[in-house]
Amino acid sequence: MTGMKKKKLISNFITYGIVIIAFIIVQIMQSTGNLSSMMTGLLVPLCVYVVLAVSLNLVVGISGELSLGHAGFMCIGAFAGAFFSKCTQNTITVGGLRFFLALLIGAAFAALFGLLIGIPVLRLKGDYLAIVTLAFGEIIKNVINVFYVGVDSHGVHVSMKDQFSLGMEPDGMLILNGPQGITGTPKDASFLAGIILILVTLFVVLNLIDSRDGRAIKSIRDNRIAAESIGINITKYKLMAFTVSAALAGAAGSLYAHNLATLQAKKFDYNLSILALVFVVLGGIGNIRGSVIAAVVLTALPELLRDMAEYRMLIYAIVLIVMMIFNWAPKALEWRERYLGRFFRKSVKEGK
Amino acid sequence: MSFLSYLINGISLGSVYAIIALGYTMVYGIAKMLNFAHGDVIMVGGYAAFTCIMSAGMPPLAAVLVAVVVCTVIGVLIETIAYRPLLEAASSLAVLITAIGVSYFLQNVVLLIFGSNPKSFQSVVTIPDLKLANGTLNISGVTIVTISSCIVIMLALTTFISRTKAGQAMLAVSEDKGAAQLMGINVNKTIALTFAIGSGLAAIAGVLLCSAYPSLSPYTGSMPGIKAFVAAVFGGIGSIPGAFLGGLLLGVIEIFGKAYVSSQLSDAIVFAVLIVVLLVKPTGLLGKKIQEKV
Amino acid sequence: MATMLEVKNLGISFGGLRAVNAVDMEIEKGMLYGLIGPNGAGKTTIFNLLTGVYKPTDGIIKLDGEDITGKPTIEINKAGVARTFQNIRLFAGISVLDNVKAGLHNHYKYSTLAGICRTPSYRKVEKEMDERAMELLKVFELDKEADYLAANLPYGKQRKLEIARALATDPKILLLDEPAAGMNPNETQELMETIHFVRDNFDMTILLIEHDMKLVAGICEELTVLNFGEVLCQGKTADVLSNPQVITAYLGE
Repeated sequence: MTGMKKKKLISNFITYGIVIIAFIIVQIMQSTGNLSSMMTGLLVPLCVYVVLAVSLNLVVGISGELSLGHAGFMCIGAFAGAFFSKCTQNTITVGGLRFFLALLIGAAFAALFGLLIGIPVLRLKGDYLAIVTLAFGEIIKNVINVFYVGVDSHGVHVSMKDQFSLGMEPDGMLILNGPQGITGTPKDASFLAGIILILVTLFVVLNLIDSRDGRAIKSIRDNRIAAESIGINITKYKLMAFTVSAALAGAAGSLYAHNLATLQAKKFDYNLSILALVFVVLGGIGNIRGSVIAAVVLTALPELLRDMAEYRMLIYAIVLIVMMIFNWAPKALEWRERYLGRFFRKSVKEGK
Repeated sequence: MSFLSYLINGISLGSVYAIIALGYTMVYGIAKMLNFAHGDVIMVGGYAAFTCIMSAGMPPLAAVLVAVVVCTVIGVLIETIAYRPLLEAASSLAVLITAIGVSYFLQNVVLLIFGSNPKSFQSVVTIPDLKLANGTLNISGVTIVTISSCIVIMLALTTFISRTKAGQAMLAVSEDKGAAQLMGINVNKTIALTFAIGSGLAAIAGVLLCSAYPSLSPYTGSMPGIKAFVAAVFGGIGSIPGAFLGGLLLGVIEIFGKAYVSSQLSDAIVFAVLIVVLLVKPTGLLGKKIQEKV
Repeated sequence: MATMLEVKNLGISFGGLRAVNAVDMEIEKGMLYGLIGPNGAGKTTIFNLLTGVYKPTDGIIKLDGEDITGKPTIEINKAGVARTFQNIRLFAGISVLDNVKAGLHNHYKYSTLAGICRTPSYRKVEKEMDERAMELLKVFELDKEADYLAANLPYGKQRKLEIARALATDPKILLLDEPAAGMNPNETQELMETIHFVRDNFDMTILLIEHDMKLVAGICEELTVLNFGEVLCQGKTADVLSNPQVITAYLGE
């Protein structure tokens, strides 16, 4: 095994370790009564954001494409998962199993949409891809918003007008109520389930990155024309990164849905996509562990510093701009090379 | 008659989109970047005019003028501080993310100053409504002003670009930055000028938008901004007549979508248009194809 | 000797501009063949036609008897054409080793799931890839820098890495686009030896574009001279370089 491989392996284990240690600390705090009710309520959303950030980093950092529609995939996963759980509430009575299936279904639906959207869209590049993914995210949100779905003894009824035009039997159950969304999803989500989903997500993403497929994805990111010249199928690998990322976002959505009394499509707007992007950028584009930490810190911190809440988004905005200029502006890079050279020298070897 | 009034409303909304889209398309043509914050400059323009009228009691026309000046200055500041350092950056992603940061910055600064409650905007238009066909067709004063300002701006801009030295410099920079520089054109100045014009137009668009839909909040600009970008892409990004055409078509499509399909789905329809255009003809209606050099 | 690359009546127009016109070329297996000509003569365009970046307007390209005209780049690479670029195109964000392993992509396979789950087949294939990639890096004396980010290699070594990556795809013919550009005389001398070594040890056919006449005269066995997109002269290197027409094209009237 080469030195670099060992380093990577250790680095991956540190990432898993951080998640597990965080879980243990929270458990201890909870059992000793040191965790405020506000923080307790934040545990599952934290897990949701971590998975969302890590999955988006696969597209932005590893595949090198800017997607601004990640909330859309989360939305699909959330509604698919919640829909499934509502329908099977009485048939599958084991909460854990039902939730596991709901996560899978959320991921599967999001993956399906990721694939369907990705096929046409990934031909575009850069700004156009960003704006089209944004458009898809908005379309998904708007379309789910107008659907009414109910189930009765005759099967599933669908309408785009209102719940009364579903024409259900009296025994029917309204599941999706247009803009009001889905209410009464069983609250199957737990912090433990969230942590497991994070670990699975990390396992999939970290190992994918370091495999033959991951290498292909990164080579396309670094130079599309050269990747083509050595026989790498651009569409296939772009699509792979996009679909896997969508699936994970879908699972995150399903987790999110099972933690809420009311699930509404309007929550999954483009601001959520941008928030995920902020996590990715601040954690370091392409740095998976960074995404985990950024998502946790940026979600927990504003809640802990209530007084600062007003300034939160403003600070995010400024940090976003400063980070980009510091990391990418040719003049800033020159300056860094000159004055901070020693601190960045080690990045010459790929073991950061 | 309702068809005709929808059409007129569509053209009116489309005129606003067209004015915003002009800013997008000029900046994209010259700096090759998607200025995500452009929509928020519109909102800033709206607030500037609002403050002038409500707090300072200025006459509407003066308020518009102040708004234009404010936005022009902000546009140039954004360009110099945030975008210029990244102009030669290796990653186009960096510029786009910075632009998103600027967009959030503007929204949140306004949020802190004015609060999140929507303000009801008093129309700056004092022209009476026009009643046609025995009063069955009503064209509002705002509509008349909007459509005519769009046409005036469009003509003025075309003349500016084809007749003035600065306009020719803009064309040259959009064609080839390096060559333009060698010809003695100050590229940075030209790009700043482009941002200035685009942002000034955004202020006008902001005032017109708020006069037609009189609710003003820190998020007022973001959706019309994105839609105007759709319009710019639709018409062919980088092309000024394209922005005009794309804006009008998009406005009409949106209003018809609202009227005949579903008011909740009208945004989805607009975005669907974008997707179809990009997939079928990525260069837009009037754009030209660029091939990557190997 | 068998023919490795056969080009007949190759041409392409961009809009009204005829960039390449009626080019014929025949390169025998194992030959070191040079494509020279003044700037803008259409040399790189021919490379782009040979590798499927552009589709020819007319003409036929045959590789080892197989018609590859107008096929997509990936298929042409799989058929056995690999290339380097005039302006180096490495995968800057991954390691030197991974650059070569990316080149091995189509020759060593395991499923995506095996990669994620790290199955024994993943370990086995990755190990084979590492070994093969290190072998190639040794040839170009890059083995010590295997863990470096490609972006951090010095210029000369980047050029070499590009050749190593192209060779990793196990091609039948290697196209080198100005391999000596930006090199000093010592580096060029070293490069000539490397090219010879590659031809002899990998049993490779090599077609190269070059402006450095010392390199061309030193290693190319046959030449095609292009001017204004058309063949000006073709044949043995010594004959071509002493042809008065070629001298005129290069030095002007």
